[in-house]
Formats: sequence, C-alpha cells, structure tokens
Amino acid sequence: MVRRRFEIRTQPGFAFLALVTFFMLYLPIAVLVVYAFNASDSITIWGGLSLHWFRVAWNNSAVQDAAWRSLIIAVFAATFATITATMAALATTRTPPYPGLTFKYAFINQPLMVPEIVTAVALLIVFSRVKVWTGYSGLGYLIAAHTAFCIPFAYLPIRARLESMDLTLERAAADLYATPWMAFKRITLPLLRPGIIAGFMLAFVISLDDVVITEFVKSGGQDTLPTYMLGQIRRTVTPEVNAIATAFLALSVILVTAFFFINRQKN
Amino acid sequence: MSSAAEIARQTQQREIRNRWLLSAPALLIIFFAAIGPLFVVLAYSFMVKGDYGDVKFGQYSLDGWFSVFFQRDIFDDTLTLADAHLSIFWRSLKLSFFTTLLTLLLGFPTAYFIATRPRNTREIWVFLVTIPFWTNLLIRTFAMQQVIRNEGVVNSVLMWTGIIDQPLQIMFTDTAILLGMVYVYLPLMILPLYASMEKLDFRLIEAGYDLYAGRLQVLWRVIIPLVKPGVIAGSILVFIPSLGAYVIPRVLGGGKNLMLGNLIELQFGAGRNWPLGAALSITLMVIVMVALLFYVRNAARSGAQHG
Repeated sequence: MVRRRFEIRTQPGFAFLALVTFFMLYLPIAVLVVYAFNASDSITIWGGLSLHWFRVAWNNSAVQDAAWRSLIIAVFAATFATITATMAALATTRTPPYPGLTFKYAFINQPLMVPEIVTAVALLIVFSRVKVWTGYSGLGYLIAAHTAFCIPFAYLPIRARLESMDLTLERAAADLYATPWMAFKRITLPLLRPGIIAGFMLAFVISLDDVVITEFVKSGGQDTLPTYMLGQIRRTVTPEVNAIATAFLALSVILVTAFFFINRQKN
Repeated sequence: MSSAAEIARQTQQREIRNRWLLSAPALLIIFFAAIGPLFVVLAYSFMVKGDYGDVKFGQYSLDGWFSVFFQRDIFDDTLTLADAHLSIFWRSLKLSFFTTLLTLLLGFPTAYFIATRPRNTREIWVFLVTIPFWTNLLIRTFAMQQVIRNEGVVNSVLMWTGIIDQPLQIMFTDTAILLGMVYVYLPLMILPLYASMEKLDFRLIEAGYDLYAGRLQVLWRVIIPLVKPGVIAGSILVFIPSLGAYVIPRVLGGGKNLMLGNLIELQFGAGRNWPLGAALSITLMVIVMVALLFYVRNAARSGAQHG
C-alpha cells in the first residue's frame, strides 16, 4: 500500500479558500470590464461586443477635462512630493539619532494615520476661508492637498533605498576633493534613482486615485476623473462609466506592472 | 582658540541644523495642508454654528459636542439621546468589526497559501493581490455594485439556476456595504499577513507534528501565535479605513444606511451644522488613534518577545 506523503505545509481547505478569495478579487473587475464592451445602451442588457462606449467617453468633453485635470494635479503633486520627500529622506537617514528625528518620522507619516474624511473636512474648512480671503480658487489647493498626502508614500521607498546605502562612496568622493554638491549629484543621486522612481510612481498613483479629499477641496467645475465618476454613479449609469473605469484600470495595471518589474530588477 | 571637542560639537550642531533645513519643505507642506487644519477642526467644534453653514467666529459653545450624543426636543425642550447618531456610530463599529473578521477569515488562508507556494511562483500570487490593491477604490466599489445590484451577476445566476425567482435586494443594505468593504479592504489584510508568514519557520511546524499535534492544534498553537504580528497589523489596516469609510457606504448603502463618514459629510452639506461635523470628525479621529495606540503597544511587545 502506498501512503501519501504527509505534507507538513498544507492546511486542509486553505487552498480552496485561497482560490475562492482570488475569484472574489477578480470577479467584480471582470464584470466591469466586460460590460464596458457592451454595445447596448443599458448596463443590464448585453448587446454584443463593441467599442461604442469607449468612443462616447473619449469624445465627451467633460471626461476629457476631468482626465486632463487629474493628470495635471497628479504630475505636479507627485513631483513636489518626490522632491520634498527626497530631501526629507536625506535628512532623516544615515545619521545617529538627533533631537527631533522621531518627531519628523511621526510628522511625515501623519497623513497615513488620519481618516481621509477627517482630513477632507479639515481642508474644506480652511481652504473655503482662504478662498474668500485671497479670491484665488484655482487648482493650487488641490495640488497642495495632494502633495501633502503623497509625501509619506514617496518618502517610504526613498528612505528604504537610502538606508541600504552606506556613506563609504560619498566619503571617498569627499577625499577626492568633490564638493558636497558634486558628491550628491554624481554619487548619491544615481544610486538613489530606483527609490526616487518608485516613490514618484507611488505618489502619482495615489494622487490619481484620490476621491474623498478632492471631492471636498475642489471648487465648482474642478472635477477630476474619480470625482466625475462618483457624480455619474449616483445618476443613471450607462456603460460609459464602465468604459472610463476600464481605461483608468488599464492605466493603473500598467503602472503597477512597471513598478513590479522595476522593483524586481533592483533585487 | 577652541578645543577639538568644541569644534566637533559645532560641526554636529551645523549638521543637525542642515538636516532640519533639508526636511523643512516636506514638514511645512504637511503642516499647512494636513496637520494644521486638524487644529482648526478642533477649534470649530467649539464654535456656534452659522445660519447657512460655517460658524460664527469668536462665539463659543459646546453645542457641537453636545449634539453628538444628545438632542433637544424642539417642542418641549426635553433632552433625549441622539438615537440617529448613536445608531450610525453602532453601524460603523459593527460593520468595521465584521469587515475585519471576514477579511481575516478569507485573508489568512490566502496568505498562507501564497507563503507555501514555491519561491518563483509566490511573486506572481502576491502581484495578483497587489493589482486590486492599487486599483482605484471608487472603481472597485462600482465594480461591486455591478455584481450585487438587482440585475447584476449574482442575481442573474441565482435566477437562471432557479434558486430564487425574485432578485435579492442587496444594494442599499448594510450587507451591500459589508460586501463592498470586505472586497475593497481584502488586500490590506492579505499583504501584512503574507509578510509575516513568509518568514514562518516550517521546522517549528514539523516539530509540532513530531510531538503528535493534529492539523488544527498546529494551526492554533504554532502557526497563529507565530504570525500574530501580521494578524494584528492586517486587522488594524482594515479596521481603521473601514471606520472612516465614505465612498463605499455612499455608493452601496444609498441615502439611508449612513456610516460615520457620511454623517460627517452631511453636517457640512445639507445639515449645515459645521460644529457638529467638526466634533464628529474629532471623535472619529480619537477612536482611530486609540486603535493605533493598541497596535503600537502590541507591536512593541511582540517585538520585544521575538527580539
């Protein structure tokens, strides 16, 4: 009689539950994507495969505006967040503990700790006053708000990268009469690049995805793609929203995949 | 003439000052666009509400905080507990608790499954969890709506197989919110669980079996205690955003099944009671801080245990 080998790693039923979980994770996304290609006017009746709703969304000027605005805010917020986070990471790593170091960690990570809705109403209160005082109601508020909550996301990978680098090369550069700025430009920055790219991409995705804070901070006519979709979902839904969501989803998947491969190369 | 020690001290001082200057831009942005406004919220919670929203500056009152828990009858001025608010608090706590429990029940086996795959395929499974994690929360909520609505996939399949002949009304119920939150926050549970299971020493499990432990005993007495930090981290990561959820109940719960996030929004919109909204925000933040403190204390303790 052949006895099956006793496998110490398996737990009964775990594999099954895991597969159920993966099915659950992807079923809604699959439904969403499939219905984006629906030819019929309603999301309930299947009318055959078509790109009709992608064309409708593409030609919708409100969608174009919102997409542009999302992109502009994300580019600016991610850039500011990455630059300031890189500086902050340089200031908080590769050093013996100094007064205020823990305070800085706590401060930089703070946006992660507070519920988004609380930050959102706080910014609503403050910015609505500032808008009245200054008369300015442009995209600056959204960019500032996005920059603030993107900083911790940009900071994490940059700090992680810096912590794995020691100061030997910079010291060698200094011994060879490089100025601190030269050493930074020629040694630190190139070595830090993967961390900076990762940080920028995280910040970019986080900014692009934000709904709650944008919804509260935006002035009239400043819809981003997510707040535009939130508004549409409450009204009658046509597969146009599916098409927008699918395009958005594709962008996220591309970014995450790129991120995955950049990270893998690094290791 | 200064001594060598004096020069060293001065260099160190300059170094620290430079490090403060270098971190100043990030700290200032976070102060002005994240932390500072929270103090304004605190101040607003003690002011008199304006007639058309906002507050009356310089007029202070405890009404905002008072109406978090109580309401005054407009006819006979009697005080009663604010049932509407308390039931929303209760719903938020209840739904967040069940979300955490369900994500744990599904996430634990999933993380374990991934951790026991061969090394080269593990990355791909983790990647499959990461994709929904980085997908826009609103899109995932909307996707869930399409699955559970009356003409959605679940109802179509159930009706087609003849199990039911009327569509189940899932949308605009607490169940819809719960399903949505479980779906959306599942990756937040799986990823930290996996991080601690990846480091699991399977020789300890083997030792358990050698000592005649059964499958369940090994699970309860060996595996779970070893991955406890991951369980706590995952639970906190799911519980906190659930408590402050705003988009999910708004899309799936409709206008009646509010959670705390929606109640707060309501005060700044149609409710026109900013002090109450501010007081509710501070309350939510305090609950979250307590949960985080619990986590930090536990993390410190288990860190001390495992060196």
